Amino acid sequence: MPDTAYTADEMMTVAAARMLRNGAVCFVGIGLPSAAANLARLTHAPGVVLIYESGTIGSKPDVLPLSIGDGELAETADAVVSTVEIFSYWLQGGRVDVGFLGAAQIDRFANINTTVIGDYKSPAARLPGAGGAPEIAASSGEVLITLRQNKRSFVEKLDFVTSCGHLSGGTSREQLRFPGRGPAAVITDLGILIPDSVTKELTLTSIHHGISVECVLEATGWPLKVSPHLQTSAPPSAEELSALRNLQGIPNAG
Amino acid sequence: MMLQLREAIREMVRDGDVVALEGFTHLIPFAAGHEIIRQGKRNLTLVRMTPDVIYDQLIGCGCAVKLIFSWGGNPGVGSLHRLRDAVERGWPRPLALEEHSHAGMVAAYAAGASHLPFGILRGYLGSDLPKYNQNIRFIECPFTGERLAAVPAIHPDVTVVHAQKADRRGNVLMWGLVGIQKEAVLAARRSIVTVEEIVDELNAPPNAVVLPAWVVGAVSEVKGGAFPSYAQGYYKRNNAFYKQWDRVSADRETFQSWIERHVMSTRDFDGFKRILEQAVKHA
Repeated sequence: MPDTAYTADEMMTVAAARMLRNGAVCFVGIGLPSAAANLARLTHAPGVVLIYESGTIGSKPDVLPLSIGDGELAETADAVVSTVEIFSYWLQGGRVDVGFLGAAQIDRFANINTTVIGDYKSPAARLPGAGGAPEIAASSGEVLITLRQNKRSFVEKLDFVTSCGHLSGGTSREQLRFPGRGPAAVITDLGILIPDSVTKELTLTSIHHGISVECVLEATGWPLKVSPHLQTSAPPSAEELSALRNLQGIPNAG
Repeated sequence: MMLQLREAIREMVRDGDVVALEGFTHLIPFAAGHEIIRQGKRNLTLVRMTPDVIYDQLIGCGCAVKLIFSWGGNPGVGSLHRLRDAVERGWPRPLALEEHSHAGMVAAYAAGASHLPFGILRGYLGSDLPKYNQNIRFIECPFTGERLAAVPAIHPDVTVVHAQKADRRGNVLMWGLVGIQKEAVLAARRSIVTVEEIVDELNAPPNAVVLPAWVVGAVSEVKGGAFPSYAQGYYKRNNAFYKQWDRVSADRETFQSWIERHVMSTRDFDGFKRILEQAVKHA
């Protein structure tokens, strides 16, 4: 059963990993991005440099850490610095090519919310908050975002703008003079969305193997634009799946 | 000054204080946090970049009225249920939030350590955070005209951190992920450092992170005092504890009975760990 031998989350992680180019300096956000960034390092991008906000530069963990500050990250790093340094000299200093972020909510211009669901002062659900994301989103050369796609996460209007993508689209990001270019792609469990080069609105450019366009539209809280050149992402290769499962400490079948 | 942890907390942490127990995943001062709970400190303003399980415990025990922070979660596991209960439902008491980003917090701590009135960063661009936090403002660079964010310096009344070693004079050595601990100690009016061990000689390499005895208020030896976080070179992070905390903290009564059994009914951190070990044996 080659088509069902992987999960939707595995497809998402593999697709996200493929977006990270070899040699890039990547600031790895908490959550889903860590698996994708390390998978990239263990497959097509051995020269990627992974920076974690806990202060590690060039981390090379064999097994995915539970937190972004596990000992494994420091032990395998090229350098370990204070958090003042990591945010001031390395991120703000312009040393990061790619910021890799997760999110709870995202809108059509790839702005993200990780703060609250509902009203800020009396929230329906309090989320962990900003962490490093606002400045990772602002200062990295470009940003990759990965999250699961459904109507609760892909919303018409964010309850709170924690970190900026392309703001209200068009040239609005340029006008605020962010150092970095902003989101380059959003990778989900259903497909890949890329901002339009002019309007900056997220456009479905690729669906994962076995996923229909209707399914993606149904999982999006706004009328999602679909590229006329829609592609289908290849399913995870045996090598990718094996590397991912090793990283997650999951025994490989067979 | 060498003090037992109990004395250090009694003398240096006062009701109503601004208290920072720092540690970025590594070297989190759990033993000191438990002692604050045992002594029933109240009306604290808690400061920390990454409030995690020990802050969840302090908040759930009603020690805090305000939290200044940038990321509050159980890393890799999910929500802090006691923090959420306080924010969403005011239990056991309402908790005011002053919310930053990590870059804002490090700028504020560095300003505190530098004795500057505010920290400066290229940050919060386009974010809603400044709408809800009056302590995030914007200034114009006098040289380039660039609009930059400013945050007031953090000056805790007392900072508490955990480190690997101190010598008998009270000089402190830490290594691995050292986070914001040095700045947090230097920014504070008083400080307490718990350490894994007290040794005759630190043998610190010249560029090591050393807090000289004369900037540290009290040093207390608490072996394993960062459990369930970790101390590099001594013990690993106990990820199972963090995962179990999700269940313990999800329910008010389960949380309260856990605190009663593990913290209030134990004399010190050794007692706490004995109770935990018994629980593991009987599991």
